[in-house]
Amino acid sequence: MISAKPLESPRSSFTLQQEGVIAVAIVALSAIVSLINPDFLSANNLLDIAVNTAYIAVAAAGMTMVIVSGNIDISVGSMLGVCATIAGELARNGVPVPIAFAAAVLAGGALGAVNGLLVAYARIPAIVVTLGMLSILRGGLILVTQGRWIESLPEAFFFSQRSTLGIPNPIWVMVLVSVLTWLFMKYHRLGRAIYAVGGNAEAARLAGINPKRIYLFVFIMNGLLVGLAAVLYASRFTAIQSNAGQGFELAVISGTVVGGVSILGGVGSVMGALLGSLLISQIGTAAIFLKVSPFWLQAVQGGLILLTVLVDVLRRRRMT
Amino acid sequence: MAVPIIELREISKAFPGVQALDRVSFEVREGEVHALLGENGAGKSTLIKILTGAHQPDSGTILLRGQPITIPDTRQGLKLGIAAIYQELSLYPDLTVAENIFMGHQPSNRFGMVDWRQMQQRARALLHELDADDLDVTRPVRGLSVGNQQRVEIAKALSHDARILIMDEPTAALTQHDVERLFEIVRRLRARGVAIIYITHRLEEVFLLADRVTVLRDGRVVGTTLEVSQTNQAELVKMMVGRTLDTLFPKDPAIPGEVVLEVRNLSYGRTTRNVSFTLRRGEIVGLAGLVGAGRSELAQVLFGITPAQSGTILVEGKEVRIRNPREAMALGIAYVPEDRKLQGLLLPMSVRENTTLAVLRQLLRYGFVDHHAESRLTQEYVDRLQIRTPSLMQQVANLSGGNQQKVVLAKWLAAKPRVLILDEPTRGIDVGAKAEIHRLMNALAHQGMAILMISSELPEVMGMSDRILVMRQGSIVAELDRQSASQEAVIAAAMGASELHLV
Repeated sequence: MISAKPLESPRSSFTLQQEGVIAVAIVALSAIVSLINPDFLSANNLLDIAVNTAYIAVAAAGMTMVIVSGNIDISVGSMLGVCATIAGELARNGVPVPIAFAAAVLAGGALGAVNGLLVAYARIPAIVVTLGMLSILRGGLILVTQGRWIESLPEAFFFSQRSTLGIPNPIWVMVLVSVLTWLFMKYHRLGRAIYAVGGNAEAARLAGINPKRIYLFVFIMNGLLVGLAAVLYASRFTAIQSNAGQGFELAVISGTVVGGVSILGGVGSVMGALLGSLLISQIGTAAIFLKVSPFWLQAVQGGLILLTVLVDVLRRRRMT
Repeated sequence: MAVPIIELREISKAFPGVQALDRVSFEVREGEVHALLGENGAGKSTLIKILTGAHQPDSGTILLRGQPITIPDTRQGLKLGIAAIYQELSLYPDLTVAENIFMGHQPSNRFGMVDWRQMQQRARALLHELDADDLDVTRPVRGLSVGNQQRVEIAKALSHDARILIMDEPTAALTQHDVERLFEIVRRLRARGVAIIYITHRLEEVFLLADRVTVLRDGRVVGTTLEVSQTNQAELVKMMVGRTLDTLFPKDPAIPGEVVLEVRNLSYGRTTRNVSFTLRRGEIVGLAGLVGAGRSELAQVLFGITPAQSGTILVEGKEVRIRNPREAMALGIAYVPEDRKLQGLLLPMSVRENTTLAVLRQLLRYGFVDHHAESRLTQEYVDRLQIRTPSLMQQVANLSGGNQQKVVLAKWLAAKPRVLILDEPTRGIDVGAKAEIHRLMNALAHQGMAILMISSELPEVMGMSDRILVMRQGSIVAELDRQSASQEAVIAAAMGASELHLV
């Protein structure tokens, strides 16, 4: 990789702080929960948290690209359900598992492309496009599956249940995706263009960047990564439910935004999104260990989003 | 003589860094059209805003029919009978004509419900007074001609029973036919005793319409209010300009080289009409004109933001097509836009990321940005332009206006352009930074860059330019060289003063 001076980070101090704050929060939460229930810090539980986070973090990397470009995608939950179903249906009908997985990823890319085209070229706000997509896919999925679960999958399908070199596969995928997208966003010309378009689309256009192509690109990338997340998700359990991925968008967007990716665009990093996703899952697990009602979890998740966005908005207001 | 209906006494108003109005006194009588003249930034808009209640004066008194008053907000201003019609009309396109006229004070019945019949009747009556019976009060405003929209605005002002009507460049967007109808309405209102403050850039209108005229310059009233019959266009131009060139502008005369950019009969919509000119290596050409004359629009055509609909562009003698900013950049054209925050800067990003944005492709190794090369390049421009920043990683949002402007300049200079288009390069920055930017422009011209500078500051245009092009209503109406150009000549061309007898 191209070497950067270690002291110079191209991202703003805010994200660095934000990443630091999240890291500290993760450690602090672990410490507190382990005081009450020491099992929390067991290797098994920590691995569990990481595995639970994996498919969220993979999608959060894509969501980071979308949000940094100044857009949002709330259809990722429905997309996850559709892609998981595609992978499962193909594998159940005898299609080789690698091809079934690839089909899920490509289907995600195709759905992302539809979102991207509507946002970039029909100029419909991303929130509206993806809200429509969310609804269409969710409804369509129930119609097609008629609410049935996909069962009796071949043994080779359960990728997420296996380990490589002693570490569960989902963790490998999560780390690999996070590192690669992080490097891409930080060092690649296109990554820089995504930040530029999200920071000021007009200035970026005047500097020779075509914002429309960037919008299309981030939605396709996001779709591909959601497809990958769907593979991780589908191959973990013995059955794929027809309502798979419900509420997934909330987890992904919370992780991304709490990790310091500015909902206003132009600011944030994939590493932040990864840490944010970890924190969100950790809070979920902590709730179980502390025997807190899971309904609190949603409230806490929502509260965290509002708090982070509030801090970000206040900070931006001072800036301009 | 009757007591003036409204009088301003010694009104002052300062904004951060600028004294917008300095002890301005001004009065209008009933049944009078009082013209208010002045260059861009002379203080006209501030004066209107104080009269309507949008701004509060720092000191001074406002008297309505001899009684001192304060106008805390525009709502109160309307209640006092003071209404303004701005250049930018403020109608709701999807509401009907009648609804627009009575927006905010709809006639209502005793249950507080809108009385539609009464509203429409009164709207019709108001339009009748304006001789605009042809306007259907039940149709939405969207799709009405600008002239008709303006009549709706005037009816709206009259619905508040306005006795003082301020019109800010009302003819700027009108066709000739609509201008005549507007004049008719203005005369009609005057006959009814309405006091009209008429702001315009078109000198001939002053003589067609106004009774008296007041000239503002740099926030002060020049001389005294004059009877229109006692003055002429040349005198008014002199009053508007009348300042000496200061030494801020150190342009050395250039030795222009070969032609770099030539455009012939360039047109885009109504804002760029048949524009032809040439730009040579090593010269700075000033593009003067009033706000709205089409200068920035011309720059945007040249840079491919709004590509030309017809006409020819030649770069170094070769005919080229510029369909988007990228093609313009590839031809060595750079454009530093007018509004650095909206169009120039990536505010949340660093000095380094901003500086290298336009040349990132040159800093790639295997598709990835070489941060060493990036920092080197940025440091070079930070040194050269004396950008004061604690580090290359500083967010540009935290820099001062002058340093932000230098970052935008750095971004485009890094692209090593042959043609540099600067749109208001020193607007809103402090005097020191301004002088540095002027020195830099000089140095760039010396190195052979061709610079097209748009500026609304006449002294800057006069001081920095080797040649001056003057635009009016989308066309270039005059070309003046450094020796023969005078501020009077530039203003006269910009305003289209018909007959000037300049000393």
